[in-house]
Amino acid sequence: MKCGVVVFPGSNCDHDVYHVLKHVLDQEVSFLWHQDDTLKGCELIVLPGGFAYGDYLRAGALAALSPVMGAVKRHVEAGGLVLGVCNGFQVLLEAGLLPGAMRRNENLRFQCLDVHLLAERTDLPFTRGLKPGQVLRLPIAHAEGNYEDSPASLDALEANGQVVFRYCEPDGRVTPESNPNGAARNIAGVCNAKGNVLGLMPHPERASEQILGNTDGLAIFASAVQAGSRMAGARR
Amino acid sequence: MTVSQERVQEPEVNAETARSIGLTGEELERLKKILGRDPNWTELGITSALWSEHCSYKSSKIYLKEFPTEGAHVLQGPGENAGVVDIGHGWVAVFKMESHNHPSFIEPYQGSMTGVGGILRDIFTMGARPIACMDALRFGEIDAPRMRFLIDGVVRGIGGYGNCMGIPTVGGETGFHRCYNGNILVNAFALGIARRDRIFHARASGPGNPLLYVGSRTGRDGIHGATMASESFDKESEQKRPTVQVGDPFTEKVLLEACLDAMRTGAIVAIQDMGAAGLTSSTFEMAGRGGTGLRLDLDHVPLREPGLTPYEMMLSESQERMVLVAKKGREEELVKIFHRWGLEVATIGEVTSTGRAVLTWRGETAADIPIRPLTEEAPVYRRPVEEPADLAERWRAPEVPQPEDLRGTLESLLATPEFASKRWIWQQYDHTVRTNTVQGPGGDAAVLLLKGTPAGLAMTCDVNPVYCYFDPRRGGAQAVAEAVRNLACVGAEPVGLTDCLNFGNPERPEISWQFREAVRGISDACRALGVPVISGNVSFYNETEGESIYPTPAIAVVGVIPNLAALPDPWFRRAGDRIVLLGEDRSELGCAAYLRLLYGIEQGRPPEVDLDAELRLARLLRSLGLRGLVHTAHDLSEGGLLIALAEACFGPKRLGARVEVPLAGADLFSETQARAIVACPPASLDRVLKAAEEAGVPAREIGEVGGGDLEMRTGGETLKAPVAGLHEIWSTALPKALGL
Repeated sequence: MKCGVVVFPGSNCDHDVYHVLKHVLDQEVSFLWHQDDTLKGCELIVLPGGFAYGDYLRAGALAALSPVMGAVKRHVEAGGLVLGVCNGFQVLLEAGLLPGAMRRNENLRFQCLDVHLLAERTDLPFTRGLKPGQVLRLPIAHAEGNYEDSPASLDALEANGQVVFRYCEPDGRVTPESNPNGAARNIAGVCNAKGNVLGLMPHPERASEQILGNTDGLAIFASAVQAGSRMAGARR
Repeated sequence: MTVSQERVQEPEVNAETARSIGLTGEELERLKKILGRDPNWTELGITSALWSEHCSYKSSKIYLKEFPTEGAHVLQGPGENAGVVDIGHGWVAVFKMESHNHPSFIEPYQGSMTGVGGILRDIFTMGARPIACMDALRFGEIDAPRMRFLIDGVVRGIGGYGNCMGIPTVGGETGFHRCYNGNILVNAFALGIARRDRIFHARASGPGNPLLYVGSRTGRDGIHGATMASESFDKESEQKRPTVQVGDPFTEKVLLEACLDAMRTGAIVAIQDMGAAGLTSSTFEMAGRGGTGLRLDLDHVPLREPGLTPYEMMLSESQERMVLVAKKGREEELVKIFHRWGLEVATIGEVTSTGRAVLTWRGETAADIPIRPLTEEAPVYRRPVEEPADLAERWRAPEVPQPEDLRGTLESLLATPEFASKRWIWQQYDHTVRTNTVQGPGGDAAVLLLKGTPAGLAMTCDVNPVYCYFDPRRGGAQAVAEAVRNLACVGAEPVGLTDCLNFGNPERPEISWQFREAVRGISDACRALGVPVISGNVSFYNETEGESIYPTPAIAVVGVIPNLAALPDPWFRRAGDRIVLLGEDRSELGCAAYLRLLYGIEQGRPPEVDLDAELRLARLLRSLGLRGLVHTAHDLSEGGLLIALAEACFGPKRLGARVEVPLAGADLFSETQARAIVACPPASLDRVLKAAEEAGVPAREIGEVGGGDLEMRTGGETLKAPVAGLHEIWSTALPKALGL
């Protein structure tokens, strides 16, 4: 199974994701250039964090129109796995591959800190390694993570079980205090209806090695790699 | 050859117009002698930039020679874009610190952004990938005019640049003092790593090799920024906003990746960024170092708008631009790489063997000047030096009021912006990107993983400006000693130092005295502690309306931790651990924060700096850390023992402590140097005490970690304060003071 990490000129977590997939999980990984309209046969696609084309406009707005996103869309339609982290999540929203939109953080400041996340879906290809109701501690680092949608759409999102992660207290309680950016209903990560696309603001790749003091994020990559391998096997 | 003497709408060259762009009468005469004729306006502008204090170090050079710059690890000392040290495992670290004070005071967001951008280019121009930033910030009193705006803008700017570049800001320091009310300090540090054999230099060689211009187009922003940085401030200074450059971190990110890709081709001979004095300093310095000449065709410089004159092109400080010397015939390979990253490239000239810079524009020679006399032989001044007349008065021991209530005193200190948690600042910086951050901001030193090795890199920056004002030599030495102590707390052996020497106007004899003494103090400590100076920067003219800042030689030291397996924390880790105080107890309250912050007293000589004791302590701390004997190591500095103990309680678990100390009253806030606290499991206590004895460091057990209170029994007094309450005060004080 091959993993692909998309590289926009302003991606800056591409090396970090590559490192986890390649050196921690021992997978075959390729970088996928934003101007190429191909995913080089990769099964699991990761859109990493960063500032795709500078994001001087809305985060991810330009990236959504890049050649590589055409290939990503076809991959999604074919049932392939796509994980968007931070800026990658923003790009997926702008590209219409996930519902909702991002606003600037409520305090209008970039925020870098550890947050706690409640895993509400543990049956997705990305979250099968998590236990139901498990609380993860993961770092965030963003200025635009204030997830928003209309009340009706948010209701539908919840009804469909598309809310995958919510910001919470260390004990799992979802409170206004545990919400670091003003996101509607504490939403930190969502998936599409089919469950093959996941976007989340926190950075699991920054919490995947013991030496950094936290391995809570590794299960997300490990689950995705396992699911990707199964799909690759089934296709053959 | 005829050199054009006329330029539409350009001022006439005379002593007065020369002075208006920062050149003295003597310097103009010197230039005329070098040229053998009168310069034209472009040549005058180029010279004014190259001979500005900022670019030429003309007032500091004679003192900077005193720094020890060599060491077993040093591969490149001062004189290049940044210094280089060997950090083992085939890796080198490339680092430097630089000031961006004046622009940040005029326009804090863009000023601090471009400060970060500039220092990052200095690092990757050497072939290294930047992996960490730190910032040493000095603000005035929070209630001073514009100060909240300045603090907010500077913090946003630093974050705005580093966050977008994806380079973690892992440390730094922030201080507040009224001496910065009219002149804040923004010093940016960056560190990169490279394989040992992949370092690039900025020495233009090989006549016939083309000069390539890469990156943003040249506009009219930042013209004479270097000259502005070499002047004092007055009421008119805010009108200098157009001399502040505008940053574009996205372009710089692309430039970084493209340059690193291009360097791998082997087609680059030399490369330098366009920082202060833009195209002028980058091209002249490269040719000056290489002993070669240049032909520049200004018609090919990419412009943001038409109509820029040669003067404007040569002096623009538009950001995110690089100049490189390519191997002749291999330009196309490089152009391809830069185009892939969406960057503009232009061939703007070539290296020659004439030793002269010849600039052509619209079919005419715009300038023709010999390079070395302008770069390597710029004027050097020995400014008059005078010890302040009231030094004895300044050193008179202060009257020390005793604290009435220890808990109240501690709480008051923790609530000052000086001691309060700086989380509000560093939470706006991405400090975890690149997945190397083992210990981020908030500890004694930042610790980064060196991927693929068991080793780590540690870095810290320190200075106490009050010490430096009252005794610059002691203050300079103390800054180095404290930095080394901070590194020792995480088990790191120092390998190199970079500095940012912020002072007032060197034409004032007292300022030159401060500078000379501080450099001596830094040199003393560097020699005694075995730390070479590998790069640095001088920022003079930090004064407004004749009011100078306190001398502020910010010192950043980088160290190597051979093995990260047993890294101690800066806070208490486990209940039951025994707390050991290392170092001597003395009553030293001259210049102490206790007196300054609580009673408004700034008086007396700063604490003695015993460099032998510092060396013994640093060795002991490193060995304790590496042997895994201690869970906690935290140095004592501003605020003394009680502050250090409180800080050690503010870890993730908020563990308290019960201690009994021989000190009492104000002496709990004594700032005696060469001290630290460590905490170890009871089973290791004997070994810790024995190691201290063997190292010649006074050590005694003072108590135990545990509970939710900080409890202290001293000569007759007791303090008992819940850690949660102290933490609340400490962690909310800064945003409160800022009115947020």
